[in-house]
Amino acid sequence: MNLKLKIWRQPNKEAKGKFEVYEVEATPEMSFLEMLDVLNDQIIEEKGNPIAFEHDCREGICGTCSMVINGQPHGPMGLTTTCQLHMRHFKDGDTIVIEPFRATAFPVLKDLVVDRDSFDRIIQSGGFVSVGTGQAPDGNSILIEQEVAKDAFDAASCIGCGACVAACPNASAMLFVSAKVAHLAYLPQGQVEASKRVKRMVHQMDREGFGNCSNTYACEAECPKGISVENIAKMNREYFSSVIGSQKK
Amino acid sequence: MSWITNFLTSSLGKKLIMSLTGLFLIVFLVVHLSGNLQLLYDDNGVAFNSYAHFMTTNGLITFLSYGLYALILLHAIQGMVIAWSNRKGRSVNYKVGNTKSNTFASRHMALLGLLVFFFLAVHMGDFWYKMKFTDQLMLVPVQGMDVEVKDLYARVDAAFAVWWLVAIYILGLIALALHLWHGFQSAFQTLGLNHKKYTPVIKGLGMIYSILIPAGFAVIPLYFFFIK
Repeated sequence: MNLKLKIWRQPNKEAKGKFEVYEVEATPEMSFLEMLDVLNDQIIEEKGNPIAFEHDCREGICGTCSMVINGQPHGPMGLTTTCQLHMRHFKDGDTIVIEPFRATAFPVLKDLVVDRDSFDRIIQSGGFVSVGTGQAPDGNSILIEQEVAKDAFDAASCIGCGACVAACPNASAMLFVSAKVAHLAYLPQGQVEASKRVKRMVHQMDREGFGNCSNTYACEAECPKGISVENIAKMNREYFSSVIGSQKK
Repeated sequence: MSWITNFLTSSLGKKLIMSLTGLFLIVFLVVHLSGNLQLLYDDNGVAFNSYAHFMTTNGLITFLSYGLYALILLHAIQGMVIAWSNRKGRSVNYKVGNTKSNTFASRHMALLGLLVFFFLAVHMGDFWYKMKFTDQLMLVPVQGMDVEVKDLYARVDAAFAVWWLVAIYILGLIALALHLWHGFQSAFQTLGLNHKKYTPVIKGLGMIYSILIPAGFAVIPLYFFFIK
């Protein structure tokens, strides 16, 4: 299949980028990233500068691949990361526009690569349990209701890719932060520090320059892991009770 | 007191203010509509004029109404502040827009709010200002009352005979309906009230409310223009 690609090219953080048009020959069984690999081989053969894009596991679990395909983070398929998106979902002769995630808190470093350190700083501000965990405990040494374990696991399945920020009209990070807050707040190990954690993580999120949540739920629609906006409501509850209920100022 | 300023200036605190003021205004609309539906009585304005007289002269209502104006302004100004900081969240826009993953109303809450605000300015300038601060309205006697009251009914009747004023009202109410379509359930989400058990009920009620209330208001200008 012949494809026309309009790809954002930007040599570095400071440079002004622009779209460039490429043509590539792909097969339906290729993944989207393999199609880009083919294009990069082509560019290198022509002594050009290959397109920079991020990828790691290519199994849909690491959250590294990040690009907006025809206006949708991770492309047109629901619950799918870019690496798991296959070319059979496109048609011969299609024009595909590929852009980096756009957010003030995710500055473009090169081409399609953005700096997502703001997520790391949010995690560093409180997204952890600060006790020595030792070896893996026995499976049922702490009993947790199945429903609670399920909600905690659903929240924990966030891979931190940033598609929620990329999809949100305000570039808000609420879905990511709420998934991390909720995942730990549901479980006894995380509840000890829950009040402190939510305040620190929300304030760090605000400092990073993400927009506010206006409940458009574009994040949930585009999330490759199907993280629910119920987590955002959970974080709001955690935050309000932390502010109103905790002893600490 | 730094904890409270930290709270109210955080993104979640700002949204909490929007949610609570929004829910208050949602309750107000029900009260406002139930009073205004007296305009549809076929009594040449007796019921409506005595109601309007009570609403503008009763001390407690006047006191509450200034609270209402303050909350409208707080909701509007806070909304603009939030919309402005949201724009800064993305400095470079996408070449290809995404309209699949959310609704028109949710994307354009600030614009819809602004339209409702301008509509309010026209609406209050025409009725509220003329009623409270000018002598343009005629005094008419009302059966069973000692004093003569201002004939706001006549002003409503005259205003809704003008096609472009009726058009402004209908457009303003469409903007209000869209604003409520997203705002109603969004207010509950911001309060942290989202659960499979009751969120479908909230969403259903929000849809019914956001159609029924603006439609109820729209009946009034349409009745005066086409039927009366």
